[in-house]
Amino acid sequence: MIRISAPDTAEMGEIVEVKAMIQHPMETGYRRDAKGDVIPRNIIKQFRCAYGGNTVFEATFFPGIAANPFLAFCLRATRTGPIEFSWTDQHGETWSETRQLTVS
Amino acid sequence: MKWALLIGALCLAGCNKPESTYARNSDVKAGDIKSGYAFLQDDTKALQDDDFANPGFLWVDRGKRLFETAETGASTCSTCHGAHGMPLKGVAAHYPKVDAKTGKLLNLEAAINLCREQHQGLEPLAYESDDLLGMTAYVASLSRGEPVSVDITGPAAKYYEEGRDYFFRRKGQFNLACSQCHNEHWGEKLRGDTISQGHGNAFPAYRLEWQDFGSLHRRLRDCDTGIRAEPQDYGSETYMAVELYLAKRAEGLAMESPGVRR
Ligand code: HEC
Ligand code: HEC
Repeated sequence: MIRISAPDTAEMGEIVEVKAMIQHPMETGYRRDAKGDVIPRNIIKQFRCAYGGNTVFEATFFPGIAANPFLAFCLRATRTGPIEFSWTDQHGETWSETRQLTVS
Repeated sequence: MKWALLIGALCLAGCNKPESTYARNSDVKAGDIKSGYAFLQDDTKALQDDDFANPGFLWVDRGKRLFETAETGASTCSTCHGAHGMPLKGVAAHYPKVDAKTGKLLNLEAAINLCREQHQGLEPLAYESDDLLGMTAYVASLSRGEPVSVDITGPAAKYYEEGRDYFFRRKGQFNLACSQCHNEHWGEKLRGDTISQGHGNAFPAYRLEWQDFGSLHRRLRDCDTGIRAEPQDYGSETYMAVELYLAKRAEGLAMESPGVRR
């Protein structure tokens, strides 16, 4: 599951807050299961947000990040266009979600 | 376990009579009843209060989607329980409840699974699966703010008694009863935790310790394991009965699911 909060419309030059959360265990690779076996690391490595095709926010994740990572940041609304959120895990699998921002 | 030291200290005071099967009679006075929320740190409260930052909503969203999506050959939940059918707003506050047909006690998870079987011809969802947790969280979220209120008369009475019995029975290597922590010591510290009154009104809930969303039964299994007692199975009749006892004990508290706990 992915949750996104972003406005549909904004005024030119307005600063808008966007929020994104993805359901992911962010398993550190340091824990052991009930039998004592190491639970393999399984984490998201990269998050990227592109607005109108340009990267506006990027983050690299490490095993210390909690499960279901939540990010909130601000953008300046400069043109009508898509805001694309994407996550990539350590195996290269990606998830993405897009919202359209209309600027007047 | 990590509770061992402090439980050891509690035991010095309370475990010297191993022959006593039950803890002394105790209760939380009517005017003192408080949700577990009241014992949380401000950061954790803030997480529960923000419908975006609260990770429990990942499960509520999942449940809502399942509720509105048809599985092969079956009608959706929303066909029968949508705005024009039998809306489920408020119903979760009255669970667990006895099924009139079978006389069995059902918690919300069981009521949802029964509906899948009887009205949709589908297999029950596995307890503690993300799908059942999601569906339960979604249905429970429709009762947020409603006061807990359950029926313990008639066929429910024996389940209530069974739940009460479990609550006061001393068990495990530490020989402790639920009541000794949640009636006799609420508001006090157990290591990093403040012991609450042990109400179930926030569940299913997101626990930071789990880094995951879980049912009330998962929480009860943690409490039983903490006193080194054998935990009961997920969905067991005993835990359903405990759930009923807890709900009656929490009567009037607002439903909080999806709650956030430490
Ligand atoms: C050794 C003390 C101890 C015993 C005995 C114990 N618990 Fe707990 N319980 C805790 C602690 C600590 C927590 C986490 C903090 C809190 O109270 O919410 C907790 C949490 C809970 C919660 C969640 C409350 C919330 O709002 O999140 C419930 C419900 C609960 N216990 C029920 C029980 C039941 C039922 C039993 C008996 C089977 C039991 N507990 C036995 C210490 C105990
Ligand atoms: C074909 C219609 C139908 C469908 C589909 C259906 N239900 Fe029901 N549901 C009912 C009826 C009728 C009842 C009343 C109790 C009974 O007769 O079983 C009920 C009762 C319930 C209750 C208990 C309500 C109360 O007041 O205690 C819950 C919770 C519930 N359903 C959830 C669901 C969920 C979740 C789904 C999808 C997985 C679902 N139902 C699908 C018809 C349906």
